[in-house]
Amino acid sequence: MDTNIANSNLKSEDYFINMGPQHPATHGVLRLLLTIDGEIIKKVEPDLGYIHRSIEKMCERDSYQQIVHLTDRMDYLSSHINNEAVCLTVENALQLEVPERVKFVRTIIGELTRIASHCLWWGVMGMDIGALTTYFYGFRDREMINDIFEETCGARLTMNYNIPGGLMFDIHPNFVKRTKDFVAHFKTKIPEYDKLLTGNVIFQKRMKGVGILSKEDAISFGASGPVARGSGYSCDVRKYHSYSALDKVTFNEALKTEGDSLARYEIRIQEMWESLSIIEQLIDNIPEGEHKVATNAVIKLPKGEFYQKVETARGELGVFINSTGTKNPYRLKFRSPGFSNLSLLNHIAVGGKIGDLVASMATLDLVIPDIDR
Amino acid sequence: MTNEALQNLINSWIPELEFTEEGSQFLNISVKPEQLHQLMSQLKSNTETSFDYLFCVTGMDWGKELGVIYHLESTTHRHIIVVKVQTEDRENPTFDTVSNIWKTADFHEREVFDFFGIKFNNHPNLKRLFLTDEWEGFPLRKDYVDEINMVIK
Repeated sequence: MDTNIANSNLKSEDYFINMGPQHPATHGVLRLLLTIDGEIIKKVEPDLGYIHRSIEKMCERDSYQQIVHLTDRMDYLSSHINNEAVCLTVENALQLEVPERVKFVRTIIGELTRIASHCLWWGVMGMDIGALTTYFYGFRDREMINDIFEETCGARLTMNYNIPGGLMFDIHPNFVKRTKDFVAHFKTKIPEYDKLLTGNVIFQKRMKGVGILSKEDAISFGASGPVARGSGYSCDVRKYHSYSALDKVTFNEALKTEGDSLARYEIRIQEMWESLSIIEQLIDNIPEGEHKVATNAVIKLPKGEFYQKVETARGELGVFINSTGTKNPYRLKFRSPGFSNLSLLNHIAVGGKIGDLVASMATLDLVIPDIDR
Repeated sequence: MTNEALQNLINSWIPELEFTEEGSQFLNISVKPEQLHQLMSQLKSNTETSFDYLFCVTGMDWGKELGVIYHLESTTHRHIIVVKVQTEDRENPTFDTVSNIWKTADFHEREVFDFFGIKFNNHPNLKRLFLTDEWEGFPLRKDYVDEINMVIK
């Protein structure tokens, strides 16, 4: 009976369906307009701007100290690294050498931020594809990092710990001990993550061969971070354009060549191990010294153009400043990793099913304020 | 390749380009709009330059001119170059698209169009990306005025 219907010349038409802006799997206000034939996706068109705040325009009227605070609100899961990006750009423009202590602390907190971000991603990605338990495991471990941040930076999410010239205040006396406790704790937890989710048969079937991205396409679409590295494209900014204390540590860049959702997933798990190793190499060697160097109350950048790349938890964040020599930037552009990574969603989702789109999107790890800025 | 070698090589393709390293950590090239597409496709396809990674596209309003700044990197040679293009036509600024050379330019050019009103010839889907279709004006231009939403200090 059924085969007769399938073989008959019944007319089928494309139809449109809205995914978002209030869909739980988009993790923010992203609207995707899907063109669908049956359950097969023919086109994914992102509609952006639901939380666009025009941070770039606001930067044009703000001082350089104020701009740092706006960057927290882009990719809020990499807030410390975003802050660092602006501070590094300003410091390089002023040719300001910050103390070694600052570099070490920046890198340690940056890597803690990366782990916290990946923990949250791991939790919600499991939830997206139907494994509810992961959410609680991920948040449990992230909570420990947030407590460390709260004690040292005074905030748990939008830390604002970096200022041009160094850090806002010195680290808390408990910082080193608590970070070491966390590293010891988390080393026993990643194998637990693998046990719970990575080896799960249902999970593997949902991820393997889904959302395949080739290396050539990854480069052409401007992909970066774990998304690009899952396709075998070596692009870690920490390796190629090292900053802060990253030149004092050795770590491996996680690379896989499959290019599917499972590869992107495994890259992030691997990155958590690498971040732990970076923290371990630095935490006992934080040099004594000042936590900042004095800058003018009003910072004026010399005339010219300045660019700085950093590796956030999502990929390559670029800060481009065009200065005319005044106390505000003439133009400031954020090259956000999420924006470029989103642009390849249509490419990897076409031909798959809606359920596969959720899996692919989860492994792109999009943060919408980072895309909308 | 060093900046000097890059400059010599690129200069041999198109003679009228302007090169500068002043006020920037990279080598900057200024190109005329009509030569943009030719230069860009050569920068990508030539094996000595092979700039296959377009990592940043910035719309610019220099006050009088409007333009676009492209940041390019080669994933094989790891050198970086900056290409700038500008026009004095503020009514109808138009450049050729590079989205057929780098796929990432599709979204980035739509962003530039949205905020600067710069059009791109042959772009597959040039429409507003962040703002609504009925939005008037282009907010990141320096002469944009919005008395209700903008806080002027």
